[in-house]
Amino acid sequence: MDFLNALIAFANFVFIPGVAYGSQLALGALGVTLVYGILRFSNFAHGDTMAMGAMATVLITWLFQSWGISLGPLPTALLALPFGILFAIGLLLGTDRMIYKFYRVQKAKPVILVIVSLGITFIYNGLTRFVIGADDQNFFDGQRFIISAREFKASTGLPEGLSFKTTQGITIVTAIIVVAALFWFLNKTRAGKSMRAYSDNEDLALLSGINPERVVMITWIIVASLATIAGVLYGLDKSFKPFTYFQLLLPIFAAAIVGGLGNPLGAIAGGFVIAFSEVTITYAWKKVLVYLMPEPLEPSGLVQLLSTDYKFAVSFVILLIVLLFKPTGLFKGQSV
Amino acid sequence: MSETVRNTVLFGLMAFLIAGVVVVQGWNSALLIIAMGLISSIMALGVNLQWGFAGLFNVGIMGFVALGGLAAIVVGMPSTPGAMSAGGFIVLGALALGAATIALAIYTYRRMPPGWGRTVAMLVIIVAGFFIFRGVLDPAVDRIEDINPAQTGYLGGINPRWAEFGVDADLFMLLAWPLGGLFAAAAAWVIGKTALGLRSDYLAIATLGIAEIIIAVMKNEDWLTRGVKNVIGIPRPVPYEVTLQNDPAFVERAAGWGLSPVEASTLWVKVCYIVLFAVVLVLLMWMSQRALHSPWGRMLRAIRDNETAAEAMGKDVKARHLQVFILGSAICGIAGAMMTTMDGQLTPGTYQPLRFTFLVWVMVIVGGSGNNLGSVLGGFLIWFLWVQVEPMGLGLMNLITAGMEEGSALKEHLIESAAHMRLLTMGLVLLLVLRFSPRGLIPEK
Repeated sequence: MDFLNALIAFANFVFIPGVAYGSQLALGALGVTLVYGILRFSNFAHGDTMAMGAMATVLITWLFQSWGISLGPLPTALLALPFGILFAIGLLLGTDRMIYKFYRVQKAKPVILVIVSLGITFIYNGLTRFVIGADDQNFFDGQRFIISAREFKASTGLPEGLSFKTTQGITIVTAIIVVAALFWFLNKTRAGKSMRAYSDNEDLALLSGINPERVVMITWIIVASLATIAGVLYGLDKSFKPFTYFQLLLPIFAAAIVGGLGNPLGAIAGGFVIAFSEVTITYAWKKVLVYLMPEPLEPSGLVQLLSTDYKFAVSFVILLIVLLFKPTGLFKGQSV
Repeated sequence: MSETVRNTVLFGLMAFLIAGVVVVQGWNSALLIIAMGLISSIMALGVNLQWGFAGLFNVGIMGFVALGGLAAIVVGMPSTPGAMSAGGFIVLGALALGAATIALAIYTYRRMPPGWGRTVAMLVIIVAGFFIFRGVLDPAVDRIEDINPAQTGYLGGINPRWAEFGVDADLFMLLAWPLGGLFAAAAAWVIGKTALGLRSDYLAIATLGIAEIIIAVMKNEDWLTRGVKNVIGIPRPVPYEVTLQNDPAFVERAAGWGLSPVEASTLWVKVCYIVLFAVVLVLLMWMSQRALHSPWGRMLRAIRDNETAAEAMGKDVKARHLQVFILGSAICGIAGAMMTTMDGQLTPGTYQPLRFTFLVWVMVIVGGSGNNLGSVLGGFLIWFLWVQVEPMGLGLMNLITAGMEEGSALKEHLIESAAHMRLLTMGLVLLLVLRFSPRGLIPEK
């Protein structure tokens, strides 16, 4: 019985949040890794792209809510998501046409593109704050829980409750669908194959008649979709605040690098590695241990390895360890 | 136009802008812009040393600036009575223990043959070391934070209360500036040792992370910095306004300038700071110029332009990179200490990467990377814009919304959002300069 309780506490506080957060990070890291693979620079504006896409979705959600449209138990944001994605696609393609293209034609060094992406970060960040303000915005509606702690306790009779939020369920399901679609696209379609060819060997791809501008365009479209989905899911699960997206940049980059930059499979694995490390290291294990240990051995403190405020440090240390001992990441990525 | 003429014109235009501030907003705003412009220029000099000379992409400036601020409280604040004996020594011991654990792990890594045995041994050392470290540290920290938490609750600094010895202006504070540089240099050494071997994008992400961690430590380790409770009342190296207002000689002189004593004293304090900052800037500028034109500077640029060739010539690329990384970071630390000194308080919650890291980058790029004079110009110009864009944006919004009816939601929203124009403008300036004048206002020779 005690073991069961410990398992439920573990699932409730570590496993489910970890999977949800990991899915969000994985989607974000996929975007970073695709830009790196095709355009060959680290896109610092990715966090703020997520914020822009999520912002558009939030605004459209509000519009739908004011019209009285809703999805019943599901959040209205899912209905607004396609429009948010369209907005993000327009935004990224416009940015590429006006800004990145110039440097691509010039064959500028990657580090220049990184600095350019910093400038774009500034602009996106400013625009987001300009339109929606710097405060927390709530856009969640619909049913809050799939399984609520109270119901769970009542139906099982266990003292430890398990709650499964709708947003967590949506996050996990959406992530699986998106990742499956992405891999199908990359492996089975002509456009996806040309993307992979371009990423592996640019010159050879050009020789075999692949149109680089088309590859770049498809990449931005996919990246915009991924970023918006990741941003909206994160916003639904936690809350929408423009500044948090900039801070997500570090765990997202850590995930992409840990998995191996340029490798989509690695980005997903990296997302979960980072998410689970963060959650396990900053979780106070007392609740779980109390059930597992015999009474005299029960811990007196919180058994929290690091305070939650140091979650950045966790992703960072993992990043550093991987970079020092396995510079191409867990899955073989690019190292230019 | 020869180079000297052009530079004179550019700096003349900058002076003209500041003169405009004097006319529109008064001397006080103008002096504040000059003071912060000087500090910004120093930060830009530091980053220019790393990026312009050596091509190192450091986006962790915020962390070094914050460490400089830490030095200001260490030098400026008196030590909290009883804190050292309650747990201060134990905390220092715990930190030494933590460092020893890492050193032992590195030693094991180097001495043992590769394989599972080594991995396990290292893991055991690190995990055991971590638990011992926390076991020693936590109770001591609790004891320190329990000492009068509303006022102190931290270790405090090392200020021996000069005021009691009758020293009026606390010149002792000036020591904080080199110490800030030293703190930043120490951090830079650790970072450089681990992250400098990485390629440029990775170095950027590593430094970005380190800066966030430094800020997280300063926000959460209350025993060190009081965290988000802030340290206020840091002494200053210049006289206080109140002291000046009570000084009959000063009041008389103020009357001679045609100013009220209150007004004159606030301006005078700022002038004092400006003089001090200007001395530091000139000193650093002179050193940077000497470095640029020395064989060492030429070697750095050679490494920047072609690392492989420089290495083939027998240059120690890694060591030079480490050197310049430490020097540049130290300069940022000095600037950070100066800023905290002028603010008179350390507020860890206000350090934000967009303001303290990326703004400095805009300064360096706009001014002209690789040119020290350019960094100084960029520091002044961008700081001026950063401060002035807000009132300008507000004016613009008022102009745009002038036709709209009073109290409409859109009008209110637009006027409210004018505050966010800053980031937009900075991004635009950066992109425009990168596109149309990638070498900056005063290009490298």
